[in-house]
Amino acid sequence: MYKILAKETLNSAVELMEVEAPYTARACEPGQFVIIRVDEDGERVPLTIADYDREKNSVTIVYQVLGYSTTKLSQLNVGDYIHDFVGPLGQPAPLHKMERVVGVAGGVGAAPLYPQLRKLAEMGTKVDVIIGGRSAEFVLFADKFKKFCDNVFITTDDGSLGIKGFGTTVLQEQIDKGVKYDECIAIGPLIMMKNVVKVTKPYDLKTMVSLNPIMIDGTGMCGGCRVVVGGETKFACVDGPDFDGFEVDFDSAMVRQGLFKEEEHQCKIGRG
Amino acid sequence: MPNMSLEKVKMPEQAPDVRNKNFEEVALGYTKEQAIEEATRCLNCKNPLCMQGCPVNVPIPGFIEAVVAEDFEKAYEIITSENALPAICGRVCPQEKQCESKCVRGIKGEPVSIGRLERFVADYHMAHAEAVTPDIKKNGKKVAVIGSGPSGITCAGELAKRGYEVTVFEALHKAGGVLSYGIPEFRLPKDLVAKEIANVERLGVDIETNVVVGRSITIDELINEEKFDAVFIGSGAGLPRFLNIPGENLLGVYSANEFLTRVNLMKGYKFPEVPTPVKVGKKVAVVGAGNVAMDAARTAKRLGAEEVYIVYRRGEDEVPARAEEVHHAKEEGIIFKLLNNPCEIHGEDGWVKSIEVVKQELGEPDASGRRRPQPVEGSNYEIEVDTVVIAIGQSPNPLIRQTTPGLDTKEWGGIIVDENTMKTSKDGVYAGGDTVTGAATVILAMGAGKTAAKAIDEMLTSK
Repeated sequence: MYKILAKETLNSAVELMEVEAPYTARACEPGQFVIIRVDEDGERVPLTIADYDREKNSVTIVYQVLGYSTTKLSQLNVGDYIHDFVGPLGQPAPLHKMERVVGVAGGVGAAPLYPQLRKLAEMGTKVDVIIGGRSAEFVLFADKFKKFCDNVFITTDDGSLGIKGFGTTVLQEQIDKGVKYDECIAIGPLIMMKNVVKVTKPYDLKTMVSLNPIMIDGTGMCGGCRVVVGGETKFACVDGPDFDGFEVDFDSAMVRQGLFKEEEHQCKIGRG
Repeated sequence: MPNMSLEKVKMPEQAPDVRNKNFEEVALGYTKEQAIEEATRCLNCKNPLCMQGCPVNVPIPGFIEAVVAEDFEKAYEIITSENALPAICGRVCPQEKQCESKCVRGIKGEPVSIGRLERFVADYHMAHAEAVTPDIKKNGKKVAVIGSGPSGITCAGELAKRGYEVTVFEALHKAGGVLSYGIPEFRLPKDLVAKEIANVERLGVDIETNVVVGRSITIDELINEEKFDAVFIGSGAGLPRFLNIPGENLLGVYSANEFLTRVNLMKGYKFPEVPTPVKVGKKVAVVGAGNVAMDAARTAKRLGAEEVYIVYRRGEDEVPARAEEVHHAKEEGIIFKLLNNPCEIHGEDGWVKSIEVVKQELGEPDASGRRRPQPVEGSNYEIEVDTVVIAIGQSPNPLIRQTTPGLDTKEWGGIIVDENTMKTSKDGVYAGGDTVTGAATVILAMGAGKTAAKAIDEMLTSK
């Protein structure tokens, strides 16, 4: 049983929880994820790690209240316990010091992007970030990014905050302005990551994306999370979740995401 | 005077057309009277060959004699002196290839049904005896066991009996390994697995779930920081193999692991009462013909599939599943498409529509000693299905070998051990079960766990 130490509502659809989880807190690195089960008989839900505190043995998760299990999770409060919490799972993101990197976040994707960009900044990399959301309230973590990013660009679909439009528009503008990036890290819905790659590929700007397919165990056992990368089948849980965006077959990944559309009880890395 | 009947006392079973619609256990077990009658068929040989066929050396004639004497608790004690999980072995051991294959009664007629008797004794004990917590003197030494499947649980139990403080690390939320996620309820009820594991916990074994060794903590950290004196790796063969044919990533294609895990571990057969769904549709093709394939096919039938096919590239004689499982599957209406090799899965709107197969004929024996299947040119045809389950085997999970320097493994991933001690290339680290052999049987894994426990004890005692 894993105690909830803090809980915060980030917007009408997204919440944050800090959970006591010693094994995950001691070992996790940016890019990795956890799997939780809210209660006995609950489904296994993969969630991204938004932050961790090794001193406090705690891990921060951010999730979108979307289906059955995240709704149940949302009903828990500080002092309550999550039945199961296992991690860290997946490979740490392959981060190293570079000159300048741009992060592109869509919706809840800002949460897992945050520890990756922070680590790059700590290594001495200059970091820009483009955060997109449906409207003002869905733009996440802007203040957190401002602490270490040179430039924080905000876009909303309806123009209620920042630039009206998509993150890809800003990314294209930056490139057109002649800003030199060594790498782009894009995390968000599959369609967003696919579109980011469309922008970066002509410039051969290396783009890492993070995939969140349906999975059960998260340890390589079920194979449900298979994705096609570079023409080969990979398991997102053990080979990823971060992959070279130029190599990912986004179209097949989008089809597989629809497996239990009818059942609407998808295991998701809560970033819809 | 022994009972000279040439046939085993039959064990009652649910009727095939009833059981293929429910998840209750297929075989119902002997009554007391049936068990005694069968036990009297044992000749109590001076040189019991049956014991040579048992990977964990259960004193078979001794326990059967106790059954004849109606002292079922004594029979239980005799079995459990060597086998920690009798209710499980009585159900899933391939006795026909082990103890029963050596029984002299089998020369003329059927061998003594050792498996059914073991099952009876274990079930009788569970139903009648009070659970006792033995008083074991601790020796102050710590052993870490990775994985709570058959090999890990056996190794942990044996070491706990000898006074070691044993912690079992399990990656999933529930203990039992393949006994929990893999073997279906109708073959091995999960409450029974839970009881057998509780028995091992009563010996003082501590099971920590939700710890993925290799990610949450490494073997080096267990030894250097957590101060474990030895480590046993029983992490199984969890990585599913695929066919690598076109269409394998269509919706409706599952690995057997995913399909069975959804149903067994996550109780998907109760959806939407539980939140984990599983879809089967009307027609299902299971590729492969081992025990896992039979489990998947029979599970699909129970989930409501109208037609379930076993698609296998070799012939009847090469089917690797236990004869009993094949027999049960056929009784339940599973259709066998033997000498059919899948070459492509066709889809429509992202979903499986059919599986295309090529007919095969058998040629000369190959490296495995089985006759090699060869395609019959131009014999391709499509079988219309909604779901395809790939059950062609599993490999060891790479996580531990990737994160444990100094641990030697074979090219296909199996951990290399000294077979007499199960010791690996790394000091203080032992391994056994499917992670060493590749997918094999519960009892072989248990035997390996036991061998390792003995070697770990000898190593730590001599220190």
